[in-house]
Amino acid sequence: MRVSKLTAVLCASVAMPAMATELEVTHWWTSGGEAAAVAELAKAFDASGDKWVDGAIAGGGGTARPIMISRITGGDPMGATQFNHGQQALELVEAGLMLDLTDVAEANNWKEIINPPSLLEACTVDGRIYCAPVNIHSPEWLWLSNKVYEDLGLPVPKDWNEFVASAPKVREAGKLPLALGDQPWQSNLAFGAMQIAVAGLDAWKAVNVDKNMDVAAGPEYAKVFQAAAEARELAKGSNVQDWNQATNLVITDQAAGQIMGDWAQGEFQVAGKVAGTDYTCLPGLGLNEYISTGGDAFYFPKLNDPEKEAAQKRLAALLVSPEVQVAFNLKKGSLPIRGDIDLSAANDCMKKGLKILAGGNIVPSGDMNWSPDVQKQAEDLMVEFWKSDMAPEVAHQKWVEILKSGL
Amino acid sequence: MASTTEAATGRQGTEARPRARWTRNISAKIAAIPMIATALVVFVGGTIWTVVYSFTDSKLLPRLRWVGFDQYERLWSQNRWLISIENLMFYGVMSLVFTVTMGFILAVLMDQKIRFEDTFRTIMLYPFALSFIVTGLVWQWILNPQFGIQGVVRDMGWTSFSFDPLNNPQTVLYGLLIAGLWQGTGFVMCLMLAGLRGIDEDIWKAARVDGIPTWKTYVMVIIPMMRPVFITTLVIVASGIIRLYDLVVAMTSGGPGGNASQVPAMYVYDYMFQAQNLGQGFAASTMMLLSVLIVLIPWAYLEFGGKKHG
Repeated sequence: MRVSKLTAVLCASVAMPAMATELEVTHWWTSGGEAAAVAELAKAFDASGDKWVDGAIAGGGGTARPIMISRITGGDPMGATQFNHGQQALELVEAGLMLDLTDVAEANNWKEIINPPSLLEACTVDGRIYCAPVNIHSPEWLWLSNKVYEDLGLPVPKDWNEFVASAPKVREAGKLPLALGDQPWQSNLAFGAMQIAVAGLDAWKAVNVDKNMDVAAGPEYAKVFQAAAEARELAKGSNVQDWNQATNLVITDQAAGQIMGDWAQGEFQVAGKVAGTDYTCLPGLGLNEYISTGGDAFYFPKLNDPEKEAAQKRLAALLVSPEVQVAFNLKKGSLPIRGDIDLSAANDCMKKGLKILAGGNIVPSGDMNWSPDVQKQAEDLMVEFWKSDMAPEVAHQKWVEILKSGL
Repeated sequence: MASTTEAATGRQGTEARPRARWTRNISAKIAAIPMIATALVVFVGGTIWTVVYSFTDSKLLPRLRWVGFDQYERLWSQNRWLISIENLMFYGVMSLVFTVTMGFILAVLMDQKIRFEDTFRTIMLYPFALSFIVTGLVWQWILNPQFGIQGVVRDMGWTSFSFDPLNNPQTVLYGLLIAGLWQGTGFVMCLMLAGLRGIDEDIWKAARVDGIPTWKTYVMVIIPMMRPVFITTLVIVASGIIRLYDLVVAMTSGGPGGNASQVPAMYVYDYMFQAQNLGQGFAASTMMLLSVLIVLIPWAYLEFGGKKHG
């Protein structure tokens, strides 16, 4: 009995490499549009002769990342896993748990083709490349319902200032000026978008890239906090939880606008709304047309199995290839990581994003600049600030303290 | 000093017999070794490990770089942590008082030799069979203003009726409390009922002969006699309160207003895994352990130390 079991195990372990190599891929893309986009990746990988074993984890990144990390550190690594590129997986890389992809990157000339180059820099630790970026998502967008303004006889605002000026009339009409969900990260996202819009590029870079704390405590950022205090008044009375519920308030014309990432576009699309006529999107809140280039990347844990390692490298190369990039990003509604492909099927808002990308008006994302610890603390502060009457000066001071803890 | 030597001699007195007891049931004792080892390694070992690493600056992966009490200083300067403690204290006191009193009153009512007692007992205990996640989701729907109680009452004609505890930072804890009580009261009732059944029938007869009113018998005689049951109940309910997590996640995920229903266990999870800051999470969980000990030590003292009972 025991002997036969043993031989069975032995046979299995010998037989495995002879079959098409299976790779389990974990990610948190579970909504309709996201799942369709992942299916494109799986299709391409299966067509190349390997097998994609889907390991979707529902509940968003906050739920999925702890599961992924504990699997990697606990000795049960998957074949590949999604992270947002930046510092989320930095310590895993430093602990030597991730596969070095430098040879794949060199063979496929990633340095030349990946645009913007900051994406590849976010994957690089000590000169070696550890992840394959797949898309770009930017959070600095203001989404507006055209109908709310038409009903009031007002022109649709073209930037944040006009939006704020028109807000009292929206309020009088019994509608909500600004929809804001209750989850902490949404308050933080709204603040992040206002940072670059109100403080301007120079101050933003000084704080987030050069980590100049004097600028962070200075007058430019005091203005940001004042603007945020104004914005929280506009958001009073919005009692929804999830971001897509808040987006839904704009879609159904109950709210005039929402600050949300470009993934909100998918919700408008599913609802059958047309960009430009039914809704308007303003990147950089219409003030400073800059977008930050966060997004998703795939990391490959070390498996100590040459067969699987080869398959991992094949998958890494595949993810960056032009065909996969087009198929994936059209379904996902995100921007591609290379500038040399044709996305003529993209809609109005996506084209705005592509134009900004081509013009180089881009900045690194929060995940690239700050550790998860700093971001979580900022989230906790922001949700408290946006949902209470905390004085902007107090919040400003606390915020600088938080940034200092991450230096 | 005197009392400790007394206790020591007292223990020696009982230890004279155990020498023979040691060898008795030896196979059962050997069988228990794996369990004891697991308890020592997993519970005690894990606890010590956590406390030790709470004095380091561990981020995503544990590492031994000492920072003294920095993590604790940071913890106690966090608004979110302070609000969590406040919320837990309020929820804890309310929940303790109400589950125990309601559980006891229900048990007394059940003890009146009523018909269909089994049926009622089953109904009352059923919520306890549900996890907090399920309880939370069910009550989230019941308290939802559009579909729950408020919606139903409004549909019946009272259009000005408003009952929406979960979306108001001032009342959200009461919303949690309703769900918590619904889930936990039946269990307390069963414990109390067992205690009541353990009271000798003769006590009741004696009280009746003396003409003491029933309520007075309960308050003056029965409750003091049920002290062990009460203490056990308090400890079980209190330790359940301190680790309160899943109910909040299912009902409000800490909101509304971001912080209104935060609890310490959520802080621990968020900082350990979302913020990738193990040191901070360990410091917070050490504080939670401390509060559990504050609950447990007096109980252990009452149960095992001091005078013997039973």
